[in-house]
Formats: sequence, C-alpha cells, structure tokens
Amino acid sequence: MTHVINNHPYLGIFFLFIVTVGAFNATLFLARLISRKLAKLDTEKLKLTIYECGPEVTKQPNAISTQFYLIALLFILFDVEIIFMFPWAIDFKLLGWFGFAEMILFILLLTLGFVYAWKKGALEWHSIK
Amino acid sequence: MDGTMLPEVTAVGVIIKAILILAVISAIAGFGTYIERKVLAFMQRRVGPNHVGPYGLLQLAADGIKLFTKEDIIPQHANRLIFAVAPAITAATAFIALGAVPVFPGFTIPFVDVYVPSIASDVNVGILFVLGMMAAGLYGPLLAGMAQSNKWGILGSARTAIQFLSYEVVTGLSLLAPIMMVGSLSFVDFNNYQSDGTWLVVYQPVAFILFLIAGYAETNRTPFDLLEHEAEIVSGYVTEYSGMRWGMFFIGEYANMITIGIIASVVFLGGYNDWWIFPGWIMILAKIAFSFFFMLWVRAAWPHVRPDQLMWLCWKVLMPLAVINVVITGIVMMAG
Repeated sequence: MTHVINNHPYLGIFFLFIVTVGAFNATLFLARLISRKLAKLDTEKLKLTIYECGPEVTKQPNAISTQFYLIALLFILFDVEIIFMFPWAIDFKLLGWFGFAEMILFILLLTLGFVYAWKKGALEWHSIK
Repeated sequence: MDGTMLPEVTAVGVIIKAILILAVISAIAGFGTYIERKVLAFMQRRVGPNHVGPYGLLQLAADGIKLFTKEDIIPQHANRLIFAVAPAITAATAFIALGAVPVFPGFTIPFVDVYVPSIASDVNVGILFVLGMMAAGLYGPLLAGMAQSNKWGILGSARTAIQFLSYEVVTGLSLLAPIMMVGSLSFVDFNNYQSDGTWLVVYQPVAFILFLIAGYAETNRTPFDLLEHEAEIVSGYVTEYSGMRWGMFFIGEYANMITIGIIASVVFLGGYNDWWIFPGWIMILAKIAFSFFFMLWVRAAWPHVRPDQLMWLCWKVLMPLAVINVVITGIVMMAG
C-alpha cells in the first residue's frame, strides 16, 4: 500500500462533508414529507408533551449533577496533555534520551495532578444524600 | 514508497470515493442491525428475524419503510431547530471520520479511466483526524438531549458526554504506544510497518486491549451502553425521537462501530497486507467482519456496568495502565 498522490489531501474530507450533510438532511426531509402524508397527524396537547409518567409537565430544566462537570474538567486537564504527547510520540526516535527524560518528567507532573484528583475524591461517584 | 506508482488522484475520483463511502458504509451499517439481531438470537438460542424474506433478510427494508412512515414528532417545549439537526450531526460526523481511513482498496474505473483511491483523503494526521471527528460526533447526543427539555434526555446526554470524554483519554493514550513505534499518524504508514507479517498486536497487546475497551465505550456497545439503559433512563437522549430521526442515531452508531473495527484492523491487526494465500482486501474484510462480530459477542456475553463502575474502570484502571504502557514502550525502544 502506498500513499495516495494528491495535491489537496483534505479535498476528500471536504467532499465527504458536503455529501454526508446533504444526504442525511435530504433523508430527514424526505422522511418528514412521507410521514406527513402517511402517518396519523393529530396535534393533541398531551401527545406533544415530553415523555413523562404522571402529571402533565410543562418544561424541565436542563440541570444536572455537578459530578458530570467535574469529570469534564478532568477530561480537559488530561486530554490536552495527551495532545502534547502526540507530536513527541511521532518524533520519539529522533528526540532520543533527552526527549524521553523530558516526557517522563511531564508524566510525573501529570501523575501528581492525577493523585491529587484521586485523593480529593474527584474520581468517586458521590451520591446525592 | 515501493516500486508501483499509483495514478494521480483527481477531484472526480475523490468525489466518487466520497459517494461510495456513504453508500456502501450506510448499507453495511443498515445490514449490521440485521446481523446483530441474528447473531444475538443465535447466541441466546432463538431464531431471530425470520418472517420478512428468506432468513429474514428483508427485515432491513421493512425497518426502513417503518422508519420512513412513522410520524415525526417534535415535542412542545423542545428547541425545534437543534432537535431536528442533532441526528444528522451524529450520522454525518461518523461518516466524515471514515474519510481519512482506508476503507476499500483503490481501483480504476475501466472505460473512463478514473482512479478511485483507497482513502478519500490521505492526510498525514490520519489517526488524530479520525479521533477528533468521532469526538465531534459527541455534539449529536449532547444537543439532542439538551434540546428536548426532558430529564431522561438530559441525563442520557450527560452520561454520553462523560463516558465519551473519559474514554477518549484512554483511546488517545492506548494509540500513543503504536504511534511511538511507527513514528507516524498516517494509516498508510501503519499498514506498511506491518508488511513483514508481524502484526503490531504482538508488540502491543496491552494497547490493543485498552483500545478495544475504550472503543466499545465510545461506540456505546453493551458493557458500557448506559446512555440508553431502559431500566434507568428510558431511552436516554433518544427518548423523544421517532421515525427516521431516531434511526439516524443508529446509522451513526453502526458507522462508528465500523470505524473502530477498521482502526483496530489497520493499526493492530496487520491492515491490508497479504497473508498466506489470501490477498489484502479479503484479509481486511475478514478482520473488520470479525471485529464487528466480536462486538456482538461481547454484547451477548457481558452485562451492563454501573455508571460509577464505568468511571472507576476508566480513570483508576485503564488510564494508569495506558500511561505505564507508554512509558514501558519508551524504555524498551530506547534500550533496544
């Protein structure tokens, strides 16, 4: 297998973007047209409310537990550092022992933060009670 | 670069490739739902779909007709625009990710002499692009859950978000060790690195297992499919969806399963290289088919995990293991 010779390597992604977005939105449009023709249409109030058992609900707030935000913060911390490691991994043989030692230092700092988060209980799932 | 020169790729070839990817992979993704039901049925000693067509093969068409003719409900309090667009985001990003992956071997269309390459775009940051595009697919479930103003939806999308974000870290770290060995992010270089017949999984068994686990979590496969856990959160972020909009999420999910299968095959399992008497294209099809089957097998074999177990597994077991794997790979490569 060889590399494809192409002056504009990102052209395919651009075309794929156009083709997929166009095709899927066309499918949704078509499905909407067909269902308007064939499916039972009634705009009864209870049917159009959101799924819930019991009382008729008006609108539910988009509020979630802070635990989710904590995990998202951890993700930002660790994933950005992994992005730093990608260029190093590519040039690993070129950078040699010096690069390796630097990356070990970086990983040690990362581990320090990780241990701190662990000890603080950020990785535990706290119950509401 | 070996001796055989490939013909130059024209814009027409790339467009044909893009349409081919969309047509073939969405057909396979649709067919995958049938395969999944059949395989799960056999593993549970049932028959599975067998009424529509021979062996139930036309089930796919019947499902399509059902999805198209269902009423397209948008609930009262939903944010209509975002609610309508979110399914298309999931499906589109799943297919755009396939743009940088070698999907089938390249070929030349006989009479008009147009060369269709094996990769729609052979970018030099292939793996990073695919991971990034799959991560962008997270916006589909996230927006879908937040637009419907329903607590099941918002819980489902919050779960999707943390599951995807957490396992994204593991995917990145598990792929780092092979990247260190190959020294490139391009799938073609990964393929050529293994052309001597030794698959990378031999050198990197830990990375392979970590990648598979994280890949299953990213594609919402069963041990980790908490976002659609019927007993807890009804149907997660797809609670309010009906008809084709609902189906769109599943096309995206199956396309992502195929993408994970292709990455696993090309990065760890030898890719397109010939093996024994089998040519490369049969090998890659067999590997992708097996990795797809393996996902169904895992679904039949393992129960769900709890959300706290999921986070525990990711942050306290898989991530430290992945970092240790990277460090050990570095030491072995430097010493050897």
